[in-house]
Amino acid sequence: MADEVVLLNSWASPFGSRVRIALAEKGVKYEIKEEDLFNKSPLLLTVNPVHNKIPVLIHNGKPICESLNIVQYIDEVWRGKSPLLPSDPYQRAQARFWADFIDKKIYETGKKIWRGKGEQQETAKKELIEIFKLLEGELGDKPYFGGNNFGFLDIALVPFYSRFYTLETTGNFSIEAECPKLVAWAKRCLEKESVSKSFPDPHKVYEFVLLVNKKLGIQ
Amino acid sequence: MATGDVKLLGAGASPYVNRVQIALNIKSENYEFLEEKLGSKSELLLKSNPIHKKIPVLIHDDKPICESLVIVQYIDDVWTSGPSILPSDPYDRAIARFWAAYVDDKWYPLMKELWMAEGEEARAAAIEKIGEGLVVLEEAFVKCSKGKAFFGGDSIGFLDIAFGSFLGWLKVTEKMGEMQLLSEAKTPNLVEWAERFCCDDAVKDVFPKTEKLIEIFKIMQARAKAPPSN
Repeated sequence: MADEVVLLNSWASPFGSRVRIALAEKGVKYEIKEEDLFNKSPLLLTVNPVHNKIPVLIHNGKPICESLNIVQYIDEVWRGKSPLLPSDPYQRAQARFWADFIDKKIYETGKKIWRGKGEQQETAKKELIEIFKLLEGELGDKPYFGGNNFGFLDIALVPFYSRFYTLETTGNFSIEAECPKLVAWAKRCLEKESVSKSFPDPHKVYEFVLLVNKKLGIQ
Repeated sequence: MATGDVKLLGAGASPYVNRVQIALNIKSENYEFLEEKLGSKSELLLKSNPIHKKIPVLIHDDKPICESLVIVQYIDDVWTSGPSILPSDPYDRAIARFWAAYVDDKWYPLMKELWMAEGEEARAAAIEKIGEGLVVLEEAFVKCSKGKAFFGGDSIGFLDIAFGSFLGWLKVTEKMGEMQLLSEAKTPNLVEWAERFCCDDAVKDVFPKTEKLIEIFKIMQARAKAPPSN
């Protein structure tokens, strides 16, 4: 019996990319339904009535929402290949802690840069670099956050690399200059097909962010 | 089989700390409770949780684990001989995690909004939103419990712990505001569930008495107009 796997997604979303990477790591075939976030489909509103957000994974008709939840679900269902979460409970807790940290901090701080200006933007830039330095500390000398193997925390973070061009252009600063280790790690991840195939063109992402800003009446 | 030194840095009045206590009780695991004083942070806390500087922190064999729901999952992963906290089915696990995040990110902040609200209009608006959130959680309860006593089924699980930990402060808010947030009329299943949850062996000795919480609420209100937010 074949699995039916559908992903409601938006091509520029780093949260959606997390799910795409996880599915690719597991070799799962799936159908993508691209959502226009300014004109959400009835399907999206039905399967995610609480938040009305992508990504949503629909597995054999059952919806799962929230990107990190979905990645954990994928890891638990498709056990045969490429474990994403560490097997050691302490390492697993650390991965979950840092993934939670990424979710709480990066996107909101990023928005203050690509939507903000003046002092608010400057403060957000400093904050973002601090966050990235903390993550560099957590990475240490390991090739991946997961150690020798690409895993959950790498998946949680690497999609935001597609926003670096947007951040650096709107914020007029260089993330690589301050956090070379992090950029080196991101490039290493991009060598993996599961990551590169779902990685949106950073220039297109920048155009998209500007378009969204315009629609929201910003700048 | 896990053994070893288990310490919990926390404060009895914090619902986040209560979550960890309940989880450890479910596993019948002994631990040393290191009480953090209200309004100050110990050296040990700052060292064990340098990122957020918040309680709870579980220290297991000298290794710190932070963030209450991460800790509860860790406890479930380590102490496997006790009753399970997360459901065994991956889909049910995803649903439990989803609603726990909803409680933390969407519903509980409404309680804080109510505590900080100035004026009748703001208060009424916050109360309405809290009520709407509880109706959503009532529907979630019906779906998750599948006719059984708890969100987790026959016994307390992850989502019971995540949401139930806030019942102490919910009662305080109702008493101090002389109002009902959890009502028979709108959320009958949750009312019954709340009763069962608070009487459960793993829970009953964990929450401080309502009177004690009210005292703490008044102190914190005097200081900054909000009860524990960590």
